[in-house]
Amino acid sequence: MNGATILEVHGVSKTFGALKALTGVDLVIQGTGLHGLIGPNGSGKSTLLKVIAGAHAVDSGRIEFTGRDITKATPYARACAGIALKFQTPQVLPLLPVYDNILLAYQARESPWALMRSITRHTMHQDIMAALERFCLAGRADDLAGELSHGEQQWLEIATALASKPRLLLLDEPTGGMSPAERRLTGRLLKAIKAECALLVVEHDLDFIREICDRLTVLNEGHVLGTGPVAEIQHLPKLKEVYTARV
Amino acid sequence: MTRDPTSGICILARVEIATFFVLLATPFALWSRPELITLATNILILSMLAISFDLCWGYSGVMSFGQALFFGAAGYLVAIVGRDLGFSSIWVSLPLAILAGLCLSFLLAAVLLLDRIRPSSIFVALGTLTGSYAAERLVSGWQYVGAGNGLSSIKLLQIGPIEMVEGISFYCLALIVFSVCYFGCRVLVHSQFGLVLAAIRQNEDKLPFMGYRVQIYKTATFLLAGAIAAVAGMLFAYHQGFVGPGNMGPGLSTVAALYCLLGGPGTLIGPVLGTAAVEVAGYFLADIATIRQVWPVILGLMLLIVVVVRPNGLLGFVVSDRERIGSYGRGGGKQVRTTT
Repeated sequence: MNGATILEVHGVSKTFGALKALTGVDLVIQGTGLHGLIGPNGSGKSTLLKVIAGAHAVDSGRIEFTGRDITKATPYARACAGIALKFQTPQVLPLLPVYDNILLAYQARESPWALMRSITRHTMHQDIMAALERFCLAGRADDLAGELSHGEQQWLEIATALASKPRLLLLDEPTGGMSPAERRLTGRLLKAIKAECALLVVEHDLDFIREICDRLTVLNEGHVLGTGPVAEIQHLPKLKEVYTARV
Repeated sequence: MTRDPTSGICILARVEIATFFVLLATPFALWSRPELITLATNILILSMLAISFDLCWGYSGVMSFGQALFFGAAGYLVAIVGRDLGFSSIWVSLPLAILAGLCLSFLLAAVLLLDRIRPSSIFVALGTLTGSYAAERLVSGWQYVGAGNGLSSIKLLQIGPIEMVEGISFYCLALIVFSVCYFGCRVLVHSQFGLVLAAIRQNEDKLPFMGYRVQIYKTATFLLAGAIAAVAGMLFAYHQGFVGPGNMGPGLSTVAALYCLLGGPGTLIGPVLGTAAVEVAGYFLADIATIRQVWPVILGLMLLIVVVVRPNGLLGFVVSDRERIGSYGRGGGKQVRTTT
């Protein structure tokens, strides 16, 4: 992983009532590449992703994206700045065809006035079909998104997140509920995507994350236990401790 | 849900074609029954009010109980302009009504919809209801606009030298205005803008993360709905020759919601069928004294039953969710050919 700093998270804390989900978390993501975020259940991984995307406001700390302070920016503003999020549970639009789910993502930068006149619908067709091909969904373009399998819905979510050409793609458990074959294919897809933008991926499967990630951050009970190259972090004694204790 | 192999036209489109056929045939079929032509004209005008509620609730998820505010305000405006300035030309009244609807709906939207934080449905419902109620109370005590008696003897609507009197000619005018509104809305809800509205209905929380400012889309739809309600209110005032506080209160706003929910929210033809069903039933049952007295109760029960048993309204019995929502990409904004 190299290049300019994309994301800087400084001392971010977040509580939900009495629960301290994040405590003074620091994280830096540079250039393109795949950054893994691991930790046992309840360690704050998904909360950190949501805090970066703007779904949760931070209690304290600062978030900078490409040098701009986005700590108080709305999810809309962060999306426009180049942050895309795939939620842990697929959030596809179940009563719309797969094709329209992708179209919705591609047309997000158009003005409401342009959308009223439907002037970009046909020009986006090639891009939409290419995205469907890439994620093995071309044959299901006319099916309702709600009729897809869980794994296919995960791919559709990644495809819609990628449609906005983000600079940072946040993926919360992209292989959750997938078969081993789907998991392998997803790994290949993510390896290809990391040339286009920076990825921050939350995963439970350590083998999967070791295979595809360049760098790793380990979270436990809202604290960062360590950050660094995969080869270095996977031998971290604390990593074995928390996984042995909690998983 | 199975695809219908027998025809290239979906069920919803068939219902629309049949409805417009009936609307076109009405003047010929009811030539000798002026009282029924008046009823049909009222149905057309009130259908526009119901469609305006449908655009808010059925399409963009804005629970507006204040559509009568725009309806009544436009009626009062053209009545006052006619009385004080002597203008009753459609070329003056129509733009005035649209302007009034847009301005009032923008004022409400600025307070209720355009907040940085997403407003709750209850907040919007109560806000619009309060606006409608406040306007009704205001005109009820304001002598300049006739107070509780309203304004009667409104000048006849003029198109050039022709004065539009109640009957076939006014029905034809109402049908033209209704058709323009209907097909304009149809183009909108099947456009890429309509895709955003469909997404708002299914998962509003997701859209900001995709780069959509949801409140802008809701506000734009609310403004359009306000303008349509105002145009309907203008026609209603000219057709009745009267406008009163009841034309802009929560009572009429609720009736508009009933028309839409009964016929089928999220479809444009549903509110038209709902309006026709309620108005025709009310017209014929009004002759029976015992039923006339309990008619509001019957209406309320109908709403309750429909909302509980069939939230998609009467059209929900024949039109599937997929057809109702349609497709926007490869179908080019067409409704999907399916049967339930």
